[in-house]
Amino acid sequence: MAKQQPRVDAVIVGLGWTGSIMGMELTEAGLNVLALERGADRTNEDFAYPKPADELEYGIRHTMMQKPKQAAVTIRRDLNERALPQRKLGAFLPGDGVGGAGAHWTGVLIRPTPTDLQLKSFADQAFGKGVLQDDMQIQDFGVTWDELEPHFTFFEKVCGQSGTTGNLNGEIQPGGDPFEGPRSEPYPLPALQDTQNTEMFDKAAKQLGYHPFPNPSANVSRAWTNPYGMQLGPCNYCGFCSRYGCLNYSKASPQTCILNALKQRSNFAYRTNANVTRVELAPDGKTATGVTYIDEHGEEVFQPADMVVLASYALNNVRLMLNSGIGAPYDPVARTGVVGRNYAYQIGGGIHMYFDDIEFNPFATAGATGRMFNDFSPGNFDSAQYGFIGGAKMHSSQASGTPIKTPLPKTAPKWGQGYKDALRKHYGHHMKLSMTGSVMSYRSNMLDLDPTWKDPYGMPLLRMTFDWKQNEHRLSAFMRDRLREIADVLKPDYRDESFNLEGSHFKVTSYVSTHNVGGAAMGTDPSTSAINRYLQSWDVHNVFVPGGNAFPQNFQANPTDLIGALTYWSAKKIREEYLKNPGPLMAQS
Amino acid sequence: MTARFILPLIAGSTLLMASQAFGADDTTLERGAYLARAGDCVACHTTEDGKDFAGGLAIESPFGTIYSTNISPDKDHGIGNYTEAEFAAALRDGKRADGANLYPAMPYPSYAKLTDDDVHALYVYFMDGVEPVADSAPETDLSFPFNQRWGITAWNWLFADADTFTPNTSADPLIERGRYLVEGLGHCGSCHTPRGFAEQEKTLDDSDDSYLSGADLNDWWAPSLRGGDGGDGRGVEGWSAHEIAEYLKTGRNAHATVGGEMTSVVAHSTSHLTDTDLTGIALYLKSLSANPAGENATTPDQRRTASEKTAAHLTAAKDLSDGERLYLDNCSACHLNDGKGAERVFPAIDGNSLANADNPTGLIHTILAGATPPATPTIPAQLPMPGFGWRLSDEEVATLATFVRSAWGNDGGAVTAEQVGKVRDTLKPSPLNRAPDANGRLNHDDRDPK
Repeated sequence: MAKQQPRVDAVIVGLGWTGSIMGMELTEAGLNVLALERGADRTNEDFAYPKPADELEYGIRHTMMQKPKQAAVTIRRDLNERALPQRKLGAFLPGDGVGGAGAHWTGVLIRPTPTDLQLKSFADQAFGKGVLQDDMQIQDFGVTWDELEPHFTFFEKVCGQSGTTGNLNGEIQPGGDPFEGPRSEPYPLPALQDTQNTEMFDKAAKQLGYHPFPNPSANVSRAWTNPYGMQLGPCNYCGFCSRYGCLNYSKASPQTCILNALKQRSNFAYRTNANVTRVELAPDGKTATGVTYIDEHGEEVFQPADMVVLASYALNNVRLMLNSGIGAPYDPVARTGVVGRNYAYQIGGGIHMYFDDIEFNPFATAGATGRMFNDFSPGNFDSAQYGFIGGAKMHSSQASGTPIKTPLPKTAPKWGQGYKDALRKHYGHHMKLSMTGSVMSYRSNMLDLDPTWKDPYGMPLLRMTFDWKQNEHRLSAFMRDRLREIADVLKPDYRDESFNLEGSHFKVTSYVSTHNVGGAAMGTDPSTSAINRYLQSWDVHNVFVPGGNAFPQNFQANPTDLIGALTYWSAKKIREEYLKNPGPLMAQS
Repeated sequence: MTARFILPLIAGSTLLMASQAFGADDTTLERGAYLARAGDCVACHTTEDGKDFAGGLAIESPFGTIYSTNISPDKDHGIGNYTEAEFAAALRDGKRADGANLYPAMPYPSYAKLTDDDVHALYVYFMDGVEPVADSAPETDLSFPFNQRWGITAWNWLFADADTFTPNTSADPLIERGRYLVEGLGHCGSCHTPRGFAEQEKTLDDSDDSYLSGADLNDWWAPSLRGGDGGDGRGVEGWSAHEIAEYLKTGRNAHATVGGEMTSVVAHSTSHLTDTDLTGIALYLKSLSANPAGENATTPDQRRTASEKTAAHLTAAKDLSDGERLYLDNCSACHLNDGKGAERVFPAIDGNSLANADNPTGLIHTILAGATPPATPTIPAQLPMPGFGWRLSDEEVATLATFVRSAWGNDGGAVTAEQVGKVRDTLKPSPLNRAPDANGRLNHDDRDPK
C-alpha cells in the first residue's frame, strides 16, 4: 500500500520552465499547487562564480544532466531494429534537477514564424501532389500566430530577451529579421555585443543578398528586472552557457526568472527527489486522481490532486502518458493511436573554417552570440523545386571558447604532441558557419514503450525510433551549398564540412541537439493529436501536457520561446475556462 | 534530508487567517500587524526556524547574551495575561508586568514615542492576531552586575526619558510621519546613532547632530542616515528621497544593495511598509543635515576623476598590481571595471559605505562569506554574491580589500592579513563559501543517485 500525501488542487510533474510557469499561473488563480521534481534542488547558490566555469565537470561529465542509469531512452533507427538503451548521453542532453534543461541551455530565444505554426496548410497550398515523401505526417499546431503573440511577448519579458526588432506591428525595422512575424512590442533589451565572426558573417551574408540579424538571446545584454520582480545581471561574455549554470546570473532560467517569486507564495510547495512514475486514473479512465512517485527513500507515494500538469522533459512526458494509459499508444503499422506519434528532432550541419591570421578571441562570448538569417525558412524561398519542405536558420554563432571542445581540422591528430601542436596553432582562429534545420514528422519516427528494458522501478523505458529521412537529407544538401557560398566569400585558409547527407543515419553517440520534440502533439483532431490546442489530454481532461512534446514537427530554430508561449497560452485557458467548468475544452466531434 | 516541502510564510495570508480565527476588529488588528512590521518585532522575538514571536533569539550585547522573550499571547509562556496598561508599560517604559526592568536591548527608549492609539492597535494584534506559542524562551543569565535588573532604573532615569511623539504642526505632515516612524517604531537610532559610555544612544531624536550619524554595530559599520546637504556628498547624502524609499522597499537601488544586519530589517520590516510611509521616512532623512565633511574629505569632482583613472587602468590591464589582478579575476565580472556594478542588480563598490568604512570588518566578511540580498515582495530575486574565502588566502583578501578601499573614489584604509584572519575565524560554513565538491556534486546533491 503506497503512502498517501494530503490532496492538492494541482500537482506539477517537473520543475523546469513549463512547471515554473504553470506554478505561477495556477497559484495566481488561487490553487494550492505542489511541484514534484525527480532531481535535486538547484538554486542560484549552486551557480555562484566561478564554480560553473569547469568544462571537464559540466561540459564533459554532464553534471547537470540526467544520468542514463536513472532514465535511459532506448534507441533504434527503424521499426525492424532492436532498440538498445543509452549507456552514455550523446546526441541529446536532458537536464536533471530543479530548472531542468532550462538551467543549462544555451539561451537562444527565438520565435517560430507564423508559417511554421501552420505548416500543413502551407504545404497543401505551396507543394504539388507527389513532391513530398508520402510517409510524412506534418500537421498544423492548431494555434495561430495572433493567438500566441501576446504570450511570446510576455515570456520574452520574463526572460529579458535581447536582440534587434525586425517587424514591429507589420513595420519592417532596420537591422532585425524582416521575415519575423509581426511583434506587438520591440525586444525588451538591445542585442548582445558583436564578435569578430559575427561581423564577418554579417558582411558576407549581406554581400550575398541575405538579411542577417543578431541571434535572439536570453543571455541578457543589460541588467534586467522582469514582470515578476526577478533579476538578471548583464552578461559578462564568459562563454560558459550551454551545459552550465550561469555564473553571472545573466541567462534566463527558471532560477533567475521565476522560482524565487514562486517560492514566496504560500499556496506553492515543491518536493525534490520525487520521481513520478505514473498518473493514476479514476476507474472510468476519464480523469486523473493524482500521481504516484518514488520518494528519496525509494518508497512509493500517492499524491492525490484535482489536476495534473505533466511538465517534465518532452520525452518523459510521453513516457508518463504511455505508462499511465493516457491516450491511445501510436501504432505505426495500423496508423492508429496518438501517443508517441509525430516524434521529431532537429538537424544540424556546418562548415568549420580556419583562418591563420585572424584572432577570434572565442573565450569572450555569450552562448547566443552570433548572427543568423531567416531567408531559408518555409515560405521565404521556393523549396518545392528542390524536393523538400522545411528550412534552416543559417548562422555563425560563437557559443564558447572552452579548450576541450575546441574544434580542430579533421586532419589534426586526436592525441599526443600533434594534437597539442594543432590546438596551439588553431585555437582562436576558428569560425563556424552553421545551419539548424527543421525536421518533419513521419510514420516511422516515433516513441513507444520498450518491450524489453525497464528502469530501476520496473517501469518500461521509452523507446525512440528515429532516422534522418530523404526530405532532411535534401534540405541539408541545399543548405550546405548556400553555406559554401558564404565560405567562398570569407576565404578561410582551411575548411571542413559536416552535414547529414543522403545515406547518413542518425548517430546517438555524438551531440546533435537537445531539441527532441513531438510524441504528444497538439492539434484540433483527436485522431492525429494526443492533446488538444490547449495542451489538454483529449482523453483525460484534467491532465495538461505543456512542453516540446506538443510540436507536431520541428521548425528550424530553438524551441524554448514557443514552449514558453504555449504554456502561457494553455494556462490562460485553464484560468479563464477550465477552472470554472472542468471538462474537455474542445469537443471530440 | 533533501525532500523539501517548503511553505514560505507570507505575512498577508498569515494575518488574514489569524484575524478570521480570532474574530477581532479587523481594521485595528490589521493596523497593529502593520505597526508590528514597522517595529520589526519579529526580528528579535523569533529564532531562525522558530515560531513567530516565540522569542529565544540570542542577542549579543556588550554585557553578555540576552535572550529575547516569548511575546506571543500564550498565558503561561508569553504575554497573554498582560493588560493593555502592562503592555504599554513594557513597550514604552521597559517595565515587565511583574515590575522588573527589561534590558534595554528592547528599544523601549524609542518605542516611548508611540501614540496611545498605536499602542492599542499593537495590543489588539498581539492578543488577537498572533498564534499563542506554549514554549518558554531561554532565561537571560548575565553575570554580575548586569544581572541586577534594578540597576537599569538608574540607566532609564538618565537616558530613557523620551516623551510620546509630538508632531511639529508647522512641518510637512508627511515628513512628520516619517520622523515618527524613524524615531519610534523604526528605532533606526538603535544601530545608526553612536552610543555613549553606558551604551546609551547619544540622542533619541534629531535635537542633536549625532542622531543617525553612523555607528559601529558588532564591528559592521551602520552608515549615517543623515541625507541632507553639507557633507562630502557620499552615502545617503547622494541618494534622492525616491532612491531611499526604493532601497527600503526592495533592498536595492541604483547605488547599493542591502547587506549585513540591515538585510533582515528590509526583509521583515521596511519592504512591507506602504509607499507613503517609505516616502515620509525618506523625506525625513533628507531633512537631516549631513555629517560635516572632514578636513581631508574629497570632493565629488576629485572622486569622479579618480574613478575614471582606476577604470581606465583596469581596462588597459597593463602593469597591474596584485590587488588589481585579484579584482579583475574575482570581482569585475559583476562589479565591472568602473566599480559601478549594474543598477539594482549588482551594487557599486565605488562610493560604497561598507568599502569606505573606517572598520573594514563588514567588507572583509562580505568578500570571505558572500552575501545574499533579501527576497522582498516586489523584488523576490536573490542573486547571491559568492564567498571567496575558499579560494583566497588571508593575504590575498587583504590585498584585494586594500585595493577596493583605495580604488576609484574610495578612500578607506589598508587591510591586513591579520584582520582578515580574525574575521575568517568567525565564519559559519555555507553553500556560498564552500569549495567545489571533488565529485562534482552541487550544493543540494547530498544523496547519491541510485
